[in-house]
Amino acid sequence: MNPFDEIAVEEAVRMKEKKVAKEVVAVSCGPTQCQETLRTALAMGADRGIHVEISGDDYTAVQPFHISKILAKLALEEKADILLLGKQAIDDDCNQTGQMAAALLDWPQATFACKVEESNANLTVTREVDGGLETLKMKTPCVVTTDLRLNEPRYATLPNIMKAKKKPIAKKSAADYGVDLTPRHTVLKVDDPPTRAAGEKLETVEDLVSKLKEAGFYGELTTEDKYKRTLEE
Amino acid sequence: QSTLVVAEHNNEKLTPSTLNTITAAGKLGDVACLVAGNNCASVAEELSKVNGVTKILLADNEAFNGLLAESITPLVLETQKQFNFTHILANATAFGKNLLPRLAAKLDVAPVSDIIGIADKDTFIRTIYAGNAIQTVKVLDAVKVITVRGTSFEAAGSEGGSASTENAPECSVKNDLTSFEGSEIHKSDRPELTGAKCVISGGRGMKNGENFQMLYDLADKLNAAVGASRAAVDAGFVPNDMQVGQTGKIVAPELYIAVGISGAIQHLAGMKDSKIIVAINKDAEAPIFQVADYGIVADLFKAVPDLNKLL
Repeated sequence: MNPFDEIAVEEAVRMKEKKVAKEVVAVSCGPTQCQETLRTALAMGADRGIHVEISGDDYTAVQPFHISKILAKLALEEKADILLLGKQAIDDDCNQTGQMAAALLDWPQATFACKVEESNANLTVTREVDGGLETLKMKTPCVVTTDLRLNEPRYATLPNIMKAKKKPIAKKSAADYGVDLTPRHTVLKVDDPPTRAAGEKLETVEDLVSKLKEAGFYGELTTEDKYKRTLEE
Repeated sequence: QSTLVVAEHNNEKLTPSTLNTITAAGKLGDVACLVAGNNCASVAEELSKVNGVTKILLADNEAFNGLLAESITPLVLETQKQFNFTHILANATAFGKNLLPRLAAKLDVAPVSDIIGIADKDTFIRTIYAGNAIQTVKVLDAVKVITVRGTSFEAAGSEGGSASTENAPECSVKNDLTSFEGSEIHKSDRPELTGAKCVISGGRGMKNGENFQMLYDLADKLNAAVGASRAAVDAGFVPNDMQVGQTGKIVAPELYIAVGISGAIQHLAGMKDSKIIVAINKDAEAPIFQVADYGIVADLFKAVPDLNKLL
């Protein structure tokens, strides 16, 4: 399971333990292996799973665009109050699905959450933003995407892993949610990134300072910045 | 071909990476900028001088307090209805990443995140697998919604432009679902991390938050920004906004100094485009040395004060 999604499952299970949530439904869209991911979520404490099977070429081409449509429809069907997701996948690094599902549902969104508190059908969410933190208050139903500092996911215990084997996983398809999987992007090619050759190991800090000066670097930086500072003054 | 850039700002000043996004937009056609905010006229004025911007659409309304995606999305939709832009761009920052996918879903198009290059008007280049592969994607939708990685494009000049400013289309901004309660933004006299010419980052090897003072002292000498690895942020040494890496900030300064950072791929994804990389780590096997131009295998608690003395 993607580490952000693990944090989302953990948060949902904690909501159930605090009696804020009645039921936790874990969802995974993709090939057969997703069932393993769902079993992990069930072992962490989710009540049941839904596997939306997408395989073969469909799976290769599927994008957050399609997944968000499936999740939006599914959230309505399941009458979910909170749709919790990881903030991004760790393969395509898109960071889109939660925001797109929120738009399709016309629900409020709290992305990159590091703290979530519930009171009377309102969520107060602290988000990690570029300069620090910000706090939003929103009505449920809503979408929350998780950042790394929200919680520490638990390890599933052996008894819970055994119990998870008996929990139900429903099997669905994208068509069940009326979602057309026609790709909107074509990947033309995938290349290796330019490689960085390892440089040299230096013996002393003095060597480093002279290397930086040799590269014209340190001198250039200070002159320019001194100039800038003079201008500012 | 005309492109809309949704400008990022704090109601007073433009966020610097918006200038990089404007350069990317300029490769696609005429550039208009939307400034939505609350008492943000000074931002429109600053933008009107930026090279390459032809038009500014200003939406100044207290409903945009907190720059929430829920309230800005309807405004961009209304603007798009009127002007039919071929491309809508924003910074690949917390602001742009939060807003643009919401907008794209409303336009029923698939957005492209965090591009590092433009091949042609509908083909874009981006990284996947934490920077371990580079993908070239052709977008089949008529309207392209894109977030731009600032470090991959030059900043547009902030003087010499003469864009006209007009009011953005009227739209009813009713958002009774979300309210902005406040923010805790860390103020610093040092340069902003993603735009700094020099970045010094500390990792788990720093041992605690107090020890970061050594890096701040060094940073002040070099006019550098200070960053951190995820390990240092998770351990609570420093706040989250200092995180450099796949899920934190992407930086590409002239000089990057990694101190006590082992160099997990997620961290390398955030800094390996830096021009010169220096690594200081006591573990000679640390992966950071595989990307460093200059490596020093040493105890950072000795090397950093020494460096500080010599600079």
